[in-house]
Amino acid sequence: MGLPQTIPLLGWSWDDVIFVVLSGVMLGSALLVVLGRNIIRSGLFMILSFAALAGIYVLLGAPIVAAAQVLIYIGAISVLILFAIMLTQSKGGSAALTFHHQAKAAGLAAGLLALILTVTVLWTTWPEAVAPGVAVATASTVVVAQLLFSNNTMAVEVISVLLLAAVIGGVFLAKREEAPDAGEPTPDGSA
Amino acid sequence: MTGNLDAYLVLSGLLFSIGTFGFLARRNAIAMLMSVELMVNAVNLAIVAFGTFVPELKGQGTVIALFVMAVAAAEATVGLAIVIAIYRNRRTPLVDEYSSMRD
Repeated sequence: MGLPQTIPLLGWSWDDVIFVVLSGVMLGSALLVVLGRNIIRSGLFMILSFAALAGIYVLLGAPIVAAAQVLIYIGAISVLILFAIMLTQSKGGSAALTFHHQAKAAGLAAGLLALILTVTVLWTTWPEAVAPGVAVATASTVVVAQLLFSNNTMAVEVISVLLLAAVIGGVFLAKREEAPDAGEPTPDGSA
Repeated sequence: MTGNLDAYLVLSGLLFSIGTFGFLARRNAIAMLMSVELMVNAVNLAIVAFGTFVPELKGQGTVIALFVMAVAAAEATVGLAIVIAIYRNRRTPLVDEYSSMRD
């Protein structure tokens, strides 16, 4: 009620302010993920980065994707990664222990990639970009449900089979092998 | 700014580059997997942005993004299981010490 439509000095709309803040948080925490020496801290900053990205999805008018982001990435994948970090007990160390010796070349390559992507995006005229201020086309839940369960039913079923296969494969890979009989090395490593 | 596809695509490109750097530079296998997750998220952001701003894609961007998330979850499961299986044998998560197949 008391809020003005735009920020007084900059002339930005509130959406712009939220976008800038969220992207700053997302990129900053992503940088901390890849640069941090302590890998547990990296995992926690990764959660922050995912959360900021969920906010950007809401800003984009995709609330379902935002909810799925919170559920899948923050709720499941991050927890999985934190568990794996703690199981492997990898301690933080010096830069030589954290980074490969080709880290400088990697930084150069990544910087070049960022430059190329940015220049390409800015030089391309994207088709049908809506004018600023126009409400973005929010995909309603009904439309998304229609697409998922009527038009793409087969894909949903395939994804469910893929997830089942991933669960079984994960359990098989990570399960501790029973102690083999004395001697008798298995030739191909199969149980 | 927010009514503009460019801003989201540039943001996605920057996030992807950060993930690329992490994947190339980190020695820890789990840190590499985290960088892959960052890259997957960057691509997902681009997909959702296209889905929002291109009218012909009405709703399709959301559907594709959900599929990408499901596949990424499967990838994370299997990848972390492999890392843990290797760690059990070699007692280290550092990828450049997994050199037994090279020697």
